[in-house]
Amino acid sequence: MVVIQREEYMKKSNLTRRGVLRSGAALGAGLAMPTIFTASSVSAFTNAPGDSSVTLGFNVPQTGAYADEGADELRAYELAVEHLNGGGDGGMMGTFSSKVLQGNGILGRKVEYVTGDTQTNSDAARASARSMIEKDGAIMITGGSSSGVAIAVQGLCQDAGVIFMAGLTHSNDTTGKDRRANGFRHFFNTEMSGRALAPILKANYGTDRKAYHLTADYTWGWSQEKSMRTYTEDMGWETVNSVLTPVGAGDFSSYITPVLQSGADVLILNHYGGDMVNSLTQAVQFGLRAAQVNGKQFEIVVPLFSRLMARGAGENIKGIFGSTNWHWSLQDEGSKAFVKSFGTKYGFPPSQAAHTCYVQTLLYADAVERAQSFNPCDVGAALEGFEFDGLGNGPTLYRAEDHQCFKDVLVVKGKENPTSEFDLLEIVEVTPRETVTYPIDHPDFQGGSLGSCNPGA
Amino acid sequence: MLGLTGKDFTLFLIVVVMVVFAPIILNPFPVDSAMAQFNAGYPDLMQRFLIFGIFAVGFNILFGLTGYLSFGHAAFLGAGSYAGVWMFKLLSMNVLPAILVAMVVAGLFSVVIGYVSLRRSGIYFSILTLAFAQMSYALAYSVLTPITNGETGLQLSLNDPRVLDGAASADGSLPVPTFFGLEMRDSWDVTLGGWAFTFNAGYYLCAIFMLVAFYVAIRIFRSPFGMMLRAIKSNQQRMNYTGLNTRPYTLAAFVISGMFAGLAGGLMVSMDPLAGAERMQWTRSGEVVLMTILGGAGTLIGPVLGAGFIKYFENIFSKINDNVLHGWFAFLPDGLENAIVWILHPFVGKGWHLTLGLLFMLVVIFLPGGLVEAGQRIGRLFSRKKKPADAAQKSTQSTPAE
Repeated sequence: MVVIQREEYMKKSNLTRRGVLRSGAALGAGLAMPTIFTASSVSAFTNAPGDSSVTLGFNVPQTGAYADEGADELRAYELAVEHLNGGGDGGMMGTFSSKVLQGNGILGRKVEYVTGDTQTNSDAARASARSMIEKDGAIMITGGSSSGVAIAVQGLCQDAGVIFMAGLTHSNDTTGKDRRANGFRHFFNTEMSGRALAPILKANYGTDRKAYHLTADYTWGWSQEKSMRTYTEDMGWETVNSVLTPVGAGDFSSYITPVLQSGADVLILNHYGGDMVNSLTQAVQFGLRAAQVNGKQFEIVVPLFSRLMARGAGENIKGIFGSTNWHWSLQDEGSKAFVKSFGTKYGFPPSQAAHTCYVQTLLYADAVERAQSFNPCDVGAALEGFEFDGLGNGPTLYRAEDHQCFKDVLVVKGKENPTSEFDLLEIVEVTPRETVTYPIDHPDFQGGSLGSCNPGA
Repeated sequence: MLGLTGKDFTLFLIVVVMVVFAPIILNPFPVDSAMAQFNAGYPDLMQRFLIFGIFAVGFNILFGLTGYLSFGHAAFLGAGSYAGVWMFKLLSMNVLPAILVAMVVAGLFSVVIGYVSLRRSGIYFSILTLAFAQMSYALAYSVLTPITNGETGLQLSLNDPRVLDGAASADGSLPVPTFFGLEMRDSWDVTLGGWAFTFNAGYYLCAIFMLVAFYVAIRIFRSPFGMMLRAIKSNQQRMNYTGLNTRPYTLAAFVISGMFAGLAGGLMVSMDPLAGAERMQWTRSGEVVLMTILGGAGTLIGPVLGAGFIKYFENIFSKINDNVLHGWFAFLPDGLENAIVWILHPFVGKGWHLTLGLLFMLVVIFLPGGLVEAGQRIGRLFSRKKKPADAAQKSTQSTPAE
């Protein structure tokens, strides 16, 4: 119910000359105000840390299609912070080829951290990262399990003048079209996946195949599909169709039904996380793996694999090929040390997402120590062209031109007879670094430039 | 003054003071204290308070006055955002054209959607707007990828034309949004003893737009046009029987609130030049409904309070993780500490939705008029003895959510 109050309308005066002048003056004063506040703070770069502690921002998906990866990333970050502060068994700090990290924090400052939820959504991720930078004084932002988010947050960090150490992001664009001077990626990319997978697919499935792509509809999916098409078509495969599916769709049955009618005999699932678990499970339920098409056994390929996804998909992943950045069953010293300390703390082996996030944190801390400065430009310079070993992937180079790490890539297959709930993938081949290294002028990586580093402030 | 009644002018003055001094008011705790967690006076969140305040005030012009519950207002927020980023990409990094074009585009968009949706009322209207908004979201998410860049979100790039001020800034990095040279991210930090306050240029630009928007809303509420909208809410059939065509009025209200949403979208991208499709999703439309009802639908200040309330929860409560909880209760014995953390865990961090949901339920059950009614009840507690008649009159002023 609304009670009409006549008096209010009677009392109200209309626009008078005096009123207009007054409101004009108020507006003018308001407009003039912000110009007073242009002075910037005195420090040389954004969020210069105090003498006792330094704050890192861990921005990971805690909800949404990639939440499993996010939870594992957070575990890895907490472990890395513990190790940097001298707790635990030191993990990969003992096997890392650079020996400047002492377990006394970073440059003698205790490492503290804040966490945020990216919700696997660019808007939310940027809001979360901004609040970490503006409110909590984070000097470095890291994390993310989606390339869309990584690219959005990387751009924000460039503008704000802090370092972004990308977490799990696999799209070429992160260090291609959308690369930024303040952003660094340890994870591999779809170009490397394509290069590593193609010879294995050729050896197992032959050169006369018809492929059907289901692709997550965002930067990573597009990039993954492009790389897979390039390399499979090079070896004689035909691409029958490719269909874009929304991220977090949940139900993929309407996308999978047409696959068998299309005459394709390979389904390439350019999906990740919960999406891949659902689409693969449904594809198997629809009888795709049992089908015979064109006189050949129908096959499914998942270009980017992870143990977390393998666990979600259960039985369905047996015999399926994919590529991965790292796997806990690797037997080098770095991997063993990491699996041991992660397993001791949490009771199960780490995923590739956890590995890359842990390594990125260590690499950042190491670069600060070597540069003897938290200034993002100095840290960036220390990371550029840095050659290191002992972090689980063999000898690795942080290429200066695009801030991408170059290292071995693993081709894996869903294990037929797993011995435990974690032993789900077997390593088919370790593709050496030389094979997956692409030139800086590769056409898939054009259209962007690093720009110059921004220290903010 | 300013064409407002004394009471409205006081309200406006209070809002002006609150907005101007928000960087101080919202940072009541010293930086190093344990309570600093609850400080909200940092630019990103303060900008959000104002931007969503504008969004909710605009929504309230439609919902609070005409009673038409639109479930698709996020579409206008998104349309405004995309229009704004495109202006940054094509024209100039000045925020003014971006904001103006965002309003115009959202306005045109709302004319189209409103023209169709307003042919029905009640639940059918809500469903129609929801359908349109979800359609826009789906389009932005996949079909219109060349315009919206899909899931990745539309962002600036170095090879945008930007005809007025060139593609890149001098050092080869991306340019930032400015207001005639004043960068939106420029801040002025003041440290007073243990307290730190940040005065941000972008915030004050938002503040000006928000105050203008709030002023316009007051004028609309108190105008004959506003009265007509209220009449539509009370009994649209009776209006029709008296020979009045109500549709032009509802359409005008719809377009005005759409333009408010567009303004909010334009401001959002001016503060952070990225537009994602999630901005159009139905959860965003639902959020503004929650804000308005939580604060008090049909009241002037209610939507602003509701917006602030929800954004505070989203940004502050979601950042309290187990680590922070353990820090707070570290003085307790280990067992008790773990037990308390275990109890609180579902309500903080990613569980902030749960806390907000509970509070929302409490408000709707016990304070149907929203936070504004809470304020009025407290006010009445103190003034009852003096002026019982006035108090009774006050209570009829609040319009409960329907």
